[in-house]
Amino acid sequence: MSILVNKDTKVICQGITGKVGEFHTKGCKEYGTKMVGGVTPGKGGQSVEGLPVFDTVEEAVKETGANATMIFVPPPFTADAILEAIDAGIEVICAITEGVPVLDMVPVYQKVKQSKSVLVGPNCPGVITPEECKIGIMPGYIHKKGPVGVMSRSGTLTYEAVWQLTNLGLGQSTCVGLGGDPIVGTSFIDLLEMYQNDGDTEAIMMMGEIGGTAEEEAAEYIKQNVTKPVAAFIAGRTAPPGKRMGHAGAIISGGKGTADEKFAALRGAGVEIAESPADMGTALKRAIDNHK
Amino acid sequence: MKIHEFQAKEILRQAGVAVPRSIVAKTPEEASAAYTELGGSIAVVKAQIHAGGRGKGTVKDNADQRGVVLVKSAEEAATVAKNLLGKELVTIQTGPEGKQVNQVLVEEGCDIQRELYLGIVLDRAAKLPCLMMSSEGGTEIEEVAAETPEKIFKEHFDPSLGPQSFQIRKLCKKLGISGPAARSAEKFVKGLCKVYVDTDCALAEINPLVITGSGEMIALDCKMTFDDNALYRHKDIVELRDLSEEEPAEVRAQNTGLSYVKLDGNIGCLVNGAGLAMSTMDIIKLHGGEPANFLDVGGGANVDQVTEAFSILLDDKNVKAVLVNIFGGIMRCTTIAGALLEAYKKLDFNVPLVVRLEGTEVEEGRKMLAESGIDIIIGDGLTDAAKKVVATVA
Repeated sequence: MSILVNKDTKVICQGITGKVGEFHTKGCKEYGTKMVGGVTPGKGGQSVEGLPVFDTVEEAVKETGANATMIFVPPPFTADAILEAIDAGIEVICAITEGVPVLDMVPVYQKVKQSKSVLVGPNCPGVITPEECKIGIMPGYIHKKGPVGVMSRSGTLTYEAVWQLTNLGLGQSTCVGLGGDPIVGTSFIDLLEMYQNDGDTEAIMMMGEIGGTAEEEAAEYIKQNVTKPVAAFIAGRTAPPGKRMGHAGAIISGGKGTADEKFAALRGAGVEIAESPADMGTALKRAIDNHK
Repeated sequence: MKIHEFQAKEILRQAGVAVPRSIVAKTPEEASAAYTELGGSIAVVKAQIHAGGRGKGTVKDNADQRGVVLVKSAEEAATVAKNLLGKELVTIQTGPEGKQVNQVLVEEGCDIQRELYLGIVLDRAAKLPCLMMSSEGGTEIEEVAAETPEKIFKEHFDPSLGPQSFQIRKLCKKLGISGPAARSAEKFVKGLCKVYVDTDCALAEINPLVITGSGEMIALDCKMTFDDNALYRHKDIVELRDLSEEEPAEVRAQNTGLSYVKLDGNIGCLVNGAGLAMSTMDIIKLHGGEPANFLDVGGGANVDQVTEAFSILLDDKNVKAVLVNIFGGIMRCTTIAGALLEAYKKLDFNVPLVVRLEGTEVEEGRKMLAESGIDIIIGDGLTDAAKKVVATVA
């Protein structure tokens, strides 16, 4: 097992004829992901990386049996692309695109919650179940199959954590990048529930960042519902209030959303804290050892 | 993106949301003429800068001059304008250096019966815009939220529908607003929420929101910021951008596709990815150093971007050392090493440079740096790199 995606997941790429979409379709295919096609409106009938291109997601699903998608379309068209994937009954939707207007995501979020689809992102690196299925832009080779579920709000920081885990001999069940925007489809809580119920996941590593209250909510959920060991790091302890740190969501406003508040909430929930970003892997190891 | 009060009020005026009559002045003469044109017995002269706390803020080297002043004659309007224009106004939000006032807003006085607070922001937990109102107008809403949160009333709304009439009735009831003021509130609040949605605001804040003696709701102040990701569909709002209000280095970075925030320390950092960039600042601090900036070069940094990034860091006179932290994923370490070396050669690099590379083609990348003959300190892991860069400035 694993969560969200596995070796049987059939994946299409929305925006496959774009430079970035094509590049990462190739990368995912080389990793071993079952890439089955792509969608670009008006370019149906073409082929990219040996895969058929369709005009609509509906058509792609009908012809290929795809049940997951990765979205690389430009920001003005991303909300529409996600809604199209929901409409076509795609189970796992990874929106990689960065720069989607936040008000576009309000109706999309409501729609996805009323559907059977899971949306990861936008503005995220994607999802990977090591050695089975990679959907997104993360470098595949740093991952290793194993028992740790990884979830994070940022991209390269996730790679950093995964790399530390792999070097300690701790492989990963599934790694999910939630995305750095104020509204994203999947929360820490959604994933905590999935990891808790997943037989292959024995421990959970989470990387949060300043802004919002997602980490505090996750801490409360862990306290009530999670029996597996959890370790966490929060980025942005030194960030000044009122300044957006790259991600639209990473901003301390009205005195809320500081790293120290988040660390305190997680510590209170029994989560093992990585004080330094160099200590993420070892913190997870401590969490497992303390749990025994 | 931020705009000035007078620009925000013009947006409201065009949308039919009540604001006092006002005129922008760039000289004392214009301020005097504006007072006369408004025709009332009192007016308010307000410094226009992108920072709050102007009423309590004072001009640098002239502590008697506040940023918002009530005036009773054209001469007084001119004097106040003269004391403000071209001077630095220091408020709780500007930092000690203050911000230069380039224009003032001369606004008609208004018959204030009550002062309230109104703000619209995105509630990230609810995933919906949230309308907040409070009886505590004129004060810092953060203080109210911290000390008496029960005095803030909230209603969420669907952006495609806007707030419903019953929601505004609920808010009015809780705030003790009735009669003509409640009717005025419905028009005002609905209009403001429509502006928030139509212009992709990140924040729309009216503080104070005034109820006049005749029961009219009117925006005495207005602060609006916009979602940067949505600016592509608001060309008219992009034109309101005032670059003189922004940190020049941040504007430069933006033009090259870099994300840069200036801080007060002396260790410059260049990192790929926002989360890792924040973490790099954190680890510098953890080992006793002070980061000079946040800088995310993004996922596919090229020679031009790295050169510009270095150049921005080196232009900051506080920077005494630079730490590069790259986790090469899709971007190969060899690519970034090549870009680093080329940028290094182009610039007058006069401070120690510590580089930590990890990821795809890392061995080859490190080899390129080692064989370049350039004096680069190689960090072996995050902690080692942080310690080494802190040691160079100690």
